Amino acid sequence: MNIIVCIKQVPQSSNVKVDPETGVLIRDGVESKMNPYDLFALEAALSLKESLGAHVEVITMGPPAAKAVLMEAVYMGADHGTLISDRRLGGADVLATAYTLSSAILAFEEELGPVSLILCGKQTTDGDTAQVGPEIAEYLDLPQYSNVRRLFVPENASETPARIQIQSQLGTKLLDASIQLPALLCLDSEVNTPRLPSFNRKKALKGQEEPVRTLSLSDFQDQDESHYGLKGSATSVERIFPPEKTDTHIFIEKEGEAAAGELLQLLQSAKRI
Amino acid sequence: MGKLVIHAEKVTPEIARELMHICPFGALEFDGKELSVNAACRLCRLCVNKGPQGVMTFQEEASAPSIDKAAWYGITVFADASEGSLHPVSFELIGKARELAKVPVLGRTQPVQVLLILDSTHLSDKTSREALIASLLSRGADEIYVYDHPMFRHFSNTTYARAFEDYIEKVRPSSILVGATNTGRSLAPRVAAHFRTGLTADCTSLEMKENSDLVQIRPAFGGNIMAQILTENTRPQFATVRYKVFADPGPVLSPSEAELTGKVKIMPSDPAWEDKRIQITSVEDLPKVQDISEAERIVAVGRGLKKPEDLALFQAFADRIGAHLASSRPLVENGTLPPTCQIGLSGKTVKPKLIFTFGISGAVQFAAGMKSSDCIIAVNTDKNAPIFDIAHYCVVADMYDVVRALTQSWE
Repeated sequence: MNIIVCIKQVPQSSNVKVDPETGVLIRDGVESKMNPYDLFALEAALSLKESLGAHVEVITMGPPAAKAVLMEAVYMGADHGTLISDRRLGGADVLATAYTLSSAILAFEEELGPVSLILCGKQTTDGDTAQVGPEIAEYLDLPQYSNVRRLFVPENASETPARIQIQSQLGTKLLDASIQLPALLCLDSEVNTPRLPSFNRKKALKGQEEPVRTLSLSDFQDQDESHYGLKGSATSVERIFPPEKTDTHIFIEKEGEAAAGELLQLLQSAKRI
Repeated sequence: MGKLVIHAEKVTPEIARELMHICPFGALEFDGKELSVNAACRLCRLCVNKGPQGVMTFQEEASAPSIDKAAWYGITVFADASEGSLHPVSFELIGKARELAKVPVLGRTQPVQVLLILDSTHLSDKTSREALIASLLSRGADEIYVYDHPMFRHFSNTTYARAFEDYIEKVRPSSILVGATNTGRSLAPRVAAHFRTGLTADCTSLEMKENSDLVQIRPAFGGNIMAQILTENTRPQFATVRYKVFADPGPVLSPSEAELTGKVKIMPSDPAWEDKRIQITSVEDLPKVQDISEAERIVAVGRGLKKPEDLALFQAFADRIGAHLASSRPLVENGTLPPTCQIGLSGKTVKPKLIFTFGISGAVQFAAGMKSSDCIIAVNTDKNAPIFDIAHYCVVADMYDVVRALTQSWE
C-alpha cells in the first residue's frame, strides 16, 4: 500500500522579533529543519511499512531548499520524496496549501496508484494552526481524525488493509474507532518515539540519484492558477507587529489572608484563573 | 491580489544580499546574476516596503469577483456538545459575539446565532436539551439552531461537517466562531475548506469592521509575533479561539427574558449524513495525567516545608484547583516526594498555564525547569529570594497562611 506523509520545512528557531522602529522581522539565523511534529507521522508510516510492507512517500511544498527535509526523511527510511515547488504557489494560506497538497496527492495517485493512508503531524512550529490536515481530507473526501494517539492495523491484515484502528483524544475523552481506508490522520506526539536518520542508509544512497521528484503547478490535474498560492488564499495578513509586553511583576507584602485575597483578585482580573 | 515584480536592472549583489536579509521567509534567491522569488514567499511585501526603493515592487491585479457581503449576515458560535456536555468555551464565544454584534454592519445589526449539534438522548446526567438551550439563551444569544440526532453522540468530523454545511447553506452567517478544542480544530477547517473560505486559527483578539470583515489577530512564530488577518473575499469567515482567551460574561438575561428574546429553531437532520466509514468502538474518560510536564496547573513545594505531614495542606490546595503537586530537589532528595515530581534541570521541564511555588528559593537549577510558565506565583518569606526575579506575582508571606487562605477562598 502507499502511505503519504506530509512534512514541512520550518525555521530552526522560532525566536523572531519585530524591530519596533522599522517593523522588519529579526530572525535568529535562517537555518531550517523538519517540523518536529512531522517526525511522529513519519515514524508511524515507517512502522506500518515494517509490519505490512508499504511505499512511504514524503511530500512537502516549499522552496527548492526544502528538498533537504525530504532527504532527511529518506535517511530515516522513507522510500521517496515529492517536492512541490513553484513560484506561483507563493503566498499560500491554509486553504491554498491544503489544496496544493491534495492536488499533489492526486498527481501521485494518477502515476503510482491509490494511496491508503495520509499522515500529518499535529501542527507546525511556525504556523501552529493544525488545520492543513483536516482541509486536505475535505478536498479528497476522506475520513479524518486529529489528535491520534494510537494507530494500528489488525494483526492478520493483508498488505492492503481495508481498515485502521485509531485512538484519538477529544478533550477529556479517548475515542477508539475503526476507520475505513483511505483515510487521513493527524498524529499527536504520544503516538510513538521517532527513530533517528540512519547513517548507513545515507552512506548507501551516496552518489546515487536523490529519490526526490519535483512537481510544479503544470504537473497538476487542476492547473487553474487562481486555486493556488496567494490567488487561491482566502485570508490575507494585513500586518505583523510585536506582541504587547505584559511583564507583570507585582509584589504583595501582606499577611496570609489579605495576601491571598489580593492575589485572587489580581489573577481574576488578569484572566489567569 | 497581486504579484511581486523584480526590477532586474536595479539588482546588484549588495542589493540582493540586503533583500535576502530582509525577507523573513528565505524566499529570495540570488545566483550571482539573477534575483528570484521562490515558493516560500508569503507576499508580506517587506522587500517592497523595507528594501531599497524601486527594486521590488508590488503589482496589483484585478481581484477575484468579490462576494455580496450583504447576503451573509450574523455571527454564529458553534456550541460544542459532543459526548453530552457543553464545552464552556461556547459561552465565552457568545460573549465575544455579542461585543462584535454591537458594530452595525452594512447598515444592520447582526444577530448572535448559536449552532448546537448534539444527541439529546445521551446527555450527561444533570442536563437536558432544554437546559442547554436555556443556558445558551441566558448568555444573550438571539437565535439557536439545533441539530439533534443519535448520529451526533460521538464526534466524527465528517458527520458533524454535514450538519454544519446544512446550517451554513440555510442561515448564511457572515462570521463563525469555533472553540479551538480538539473537536473544533478538526471540524472548523473541514467546513471552511468545503466552502473554500478562510479560517484563522487560535485568534487572541477579534474586531468587527463596518463592511462585516472580521479583524482576526493571532500569534505566529511561537507567539513572538502577532499577525492581523482578514478574510476579504469569501464568506463565511471562520475563526477558532482557544478556551479561556475570552471571558464568559455569565448569564446576562433572566430565564424569562431569555425566553422572550431568544428564538429556537429545531433543524431537520438527514440520517444520510452519518459517515459509515467510521465505526466508533468506545469512548472512555482520559486517565488523569500523572506527568507534571503535561500539567496545565502545578503547585510546587520546596525547602520551606517544615515536616512531611504538612504536604497534605498543599495537596489539598492542588486538588482544589485541579493542579499537580511538584517540588524542587530537596524534597525529592529527602524522600518526601517521588522523583517524578521534581522540576528542574535534573528533573522535568514544565510550562503550565499557572504555577504556584511555595517555599522555593528559586535556584538556577529549579528556575531553568519552569521559567517559561505562563503565570508564576511565588510565595516566600524572603523578599530577596531569586524566585521573585522570575515570578509574575511575588507574595512575601508565610506559605502556610497563604495556602490555607487560598484553599478556602478559591472559587
